Amino acid sequence: MTDRSGEMAATIADAASRQQALYICGGGSKRQLLGRDCPGQELTVWGHSGIIDYQPSELVLTARAGTPLAEIVASLEREGQMLSFEPPLCAGRATLGGTVATNSSGPARPWAGSARDMVLGVQLLDGRGQLLNFGGQVMKNVAGYDVSRLQAGALGTLGVLSQVSLKVLPRPEHSLTLAYDMDAAAAIDSMNRRAGQPGPLSGACWLDGRLYLRLSGAAAAVDHTAAHWGGERLAGGADFWLQLREMTLPFFAGDEPLWRLSIRSTAPPPEFHGPALIDWGGAQRWLRGELDFAALQRAAAQAGGSATLFAGGDRGGQLRPAPDAVTRRLHERLKQAFDPLHILNPGRLYDFL
Amino acid sequence: MQAHHMPPVPRDTLLRRLRAILPGHCLLTDTESQRPFECDALTIYRELPLVVALPETVEQVQQVLRSCHELGVPVVARGAGTGLCAGAMPHPEGVLLVLAGLDRIIEVDPLARTARVQPGVSNLAISAAVARHGLYYGPDPSSQIACSIGGNVAENSGGVHCLKYGLTVHNILALELLTVEGDRVTIGSQGLDSPGYDLLALMTGSEGLLGVVVEVTVRLLPTPQAAQVILAGFDSVSAAGDAVGAVIAAGIIPAGLEMMDRLAIQAAEDFANAGYPRDAEALLLCEVDGTREEVASCSAIVAALFRELGATSIVVSADEAQRARLWQGRKCAFPAVGRLAPDYYCMDGTIPRRQVSRVLTAISALSEKYGLQVANVFHAGDGNLHPLILFDASSSDEVRRAEQFGADILALSVEVGGCITGEHGVGLEKLRQMSHQFSPAELALLEDIKHAFDPALTLNPGKGVPILKRCQEYRALPARHSHD
Repeated sequence: MTDRSGEMAATIADAASRQQALYICGGGSKRQLLGRDCPGQELTVWGHSGIIDYQPSELVLTARAGTPLAEIVASLEREGQMLSFEPPLCAGRATLGGTVATNSSGPARPWAGSARDMVLGVQLLDGRGQLLNFGGQVMKNVAGYDVSRLQAGALGTLGVLSQVSLKVLPRPEHSLTLAYDMDAAAAIDSMNRRAGQPGPLSGACWLDGRLYLRLSGAAAAVDHTAAHWGGERLAGGADFWLQLREMTLPFFAGDEPLWRLSIRSTAPPPEFHGPALIDWGGAQRWLRGELDFAALQRAAAQAGGSATLFAGGDRGGQLRPAPDAVTRRLHERLKQAFDPLHILNPGRLYDFL
Repeated sequence: MQAHHMPPVPRDTLLRRLRAILPGHCLLTDTESQRPFECDALTIYRELPLVVALPETVEQVQQVLRSCHELGVPVVARGAGTGLCAGAMPHPEGVLLVLAGLDRIIEVDPLARTARVQPGVSNLAISAAVARHGLYYGPDPSSQIACSIGGNVAENSGGVHCLKYGLTVHNILALELLTVEGDRVTIGSQGLDSPGYDLLALMTGSEGLLGVVVEVTVRLLPTPQAAQVILAGFDSVSAAGDAVGAVIAAGIIPAGLEMMDRLAIQAAEDFANAGYPRDAEALLLCEVDGTREEVASCSAIVAALFRELGATSIVVSADEAQRARLWQGRKCAFPAVGRLAPDYYCMDGTIPRRQVSRVLTAISALSEKYGLQVANVFHAGDGNLHPLILFDASSSDEVRRAEQFGADILALSVEVGGCITGEHGVGLEKLRQMSHQFSPAELALLEDIKHAFDPALTLNPGKGVPILKRCQEYRALPARHSHD
């Protein structure tokens, strides 16, 4: 339980006065993921930790950004609650701030929302070192622009998160996993059909010729639905989802480039060679291998979304598609508003930011 | 970086430009035909624009924006006009851009569970159009028959089901946006996220200050198999408040959880004959939905909890007809309360749920102080409180007292850890209260965001965020409105 916000503010103000670039890091679990290499003096948020307020009956938890996610999850579990977006805990290294900054969300995302969806408010340090509060600790708040959710996925380029308030939810009473042997195209169709039916679906993934569906909720509802949906009841299903969430399945091992496609859930399976994993009920596809970035971009765009180089490959190059001129202009102006001297994680998201 | 100081554009110049873009029937220039557009549903704030434009195509909207941008003319976008914060009140020197005519459902993809719609499509029309696929659109503001999806995006509308199903921001995937310059850009995607900054989140709830939405891709949800309502009366507000906490603590996320106080209960019962307990000090309406098994198990738990916590009466809906009737009272609460006085003023603070008893007690004291009655309707599940202050708009003294009463309630909401608006927006109405909620540095950043999208400050000027740093003499709304 240490509040390091004053010290971090001073570091930022000092860096601003020298136009010194800062690289923001928490537990270092995502250093090699999502973002481009970022030169700069390290500003660590690790140690700026502690749960500040947690009222189970309010479904809201507020903690300092450097709090290890594992600590938060443990506190929630004691009250029968959870982070519904199932972020990876990264062997205890994931922090609340890093999770929000990367919008890190697990298998339940299509049904239970993302990290971004659960953000209710943030306290952040802008590029001048000013401590600012946006959003709050209540479920509904439309006062001012939604600066809080804007931080999700911004990779720290719009501010150093100091505190975050999240909506939390009760843990489901019961979960089970159904598995079916089928090819990718059939699995995509099945996932989408199931997701369109009322039922306690909470995960849908395809890997190595098998479709995995997870049901979570009231025991009566889960059992009743499982009886109708058939398939093989997987013993140890919880482990599968945990390994998917933590990206510790064998699919994710090794140094080969890992590509992430965020696309329309019904898009046909990508025609690229190499291993593929389908998650989020079809809306998130993972590919491995030395693939052609431009070709992947075209395929993803055709499927209504985008491709990013999530891990591996050249971390100094372009990892995500270049925005169109208007979007780029809006990004540049927003960056200017939050971080006029461009000292926070320069280049981490795009080379021009 | 200062906004330009342009003199107001001569009306003739503007009209000449607009007549080249829009056919005659799409422009309203005389006072008589403009009158229906002078306010949104917060009718105490009224203003007439220079001209009302009713475009029928996206290209027309784009050209109107381009012309206004070149001339430096303010543009206020408006949907169905059901807003409650004077966010769509016209600017006296600007164009009121009415998007209600863009009302086409472009495409429904039942398998992907999405729909692409134009901004003027009503909220309920989306659910109606996809019902045959067993799908619906989640957010259901009480104005859902009339309110448009474009307006829902502008306000980040909620409704009675948002604790479980989320707000507008959680239920949309993409927007086609026109910038103030008239540039068209896609925000979001058909996937669940997009690279770069989350402009979708930033646009949602931005009250028409950052751009004009000309298309929305919404996510659709499977219609639950079953739903049941449990109605319970309590002899005190605090007992009802405790019961709300107990439901959440039991691990149940109700589809809806509403509270009403005595005056609201009586007004609603007089109006709708829903079977509400007239003698109760507070009433809870708790809806559970899901599979049949889930609903049966949850409603039994909720009814038992309510009984245990001292409910003086309990009704569990036996069928769809009864469920609809029990909701009817709540859904009519605003017009029902509206019959008790010539006018009512609806507040929208959100508070931590545990503070409800304290806040309602304080509101009751304020009601005495200002000599105005108040009925309270509360989205108890998510802490969003709607006190309805009763007054007579023909008395300028009562208007002033109602406004002050409302301001005190908002200050109180902030004081207990909540916020000044949960779902109705800031608009013109709560501009002054923004400084209760935000520090000068925070307001300056909000202003910088506005400036990033709209450097000349011509989109819905004088609303949403106070403009402090940049000179805005010309842009500011006149200090006087017709009720003063």
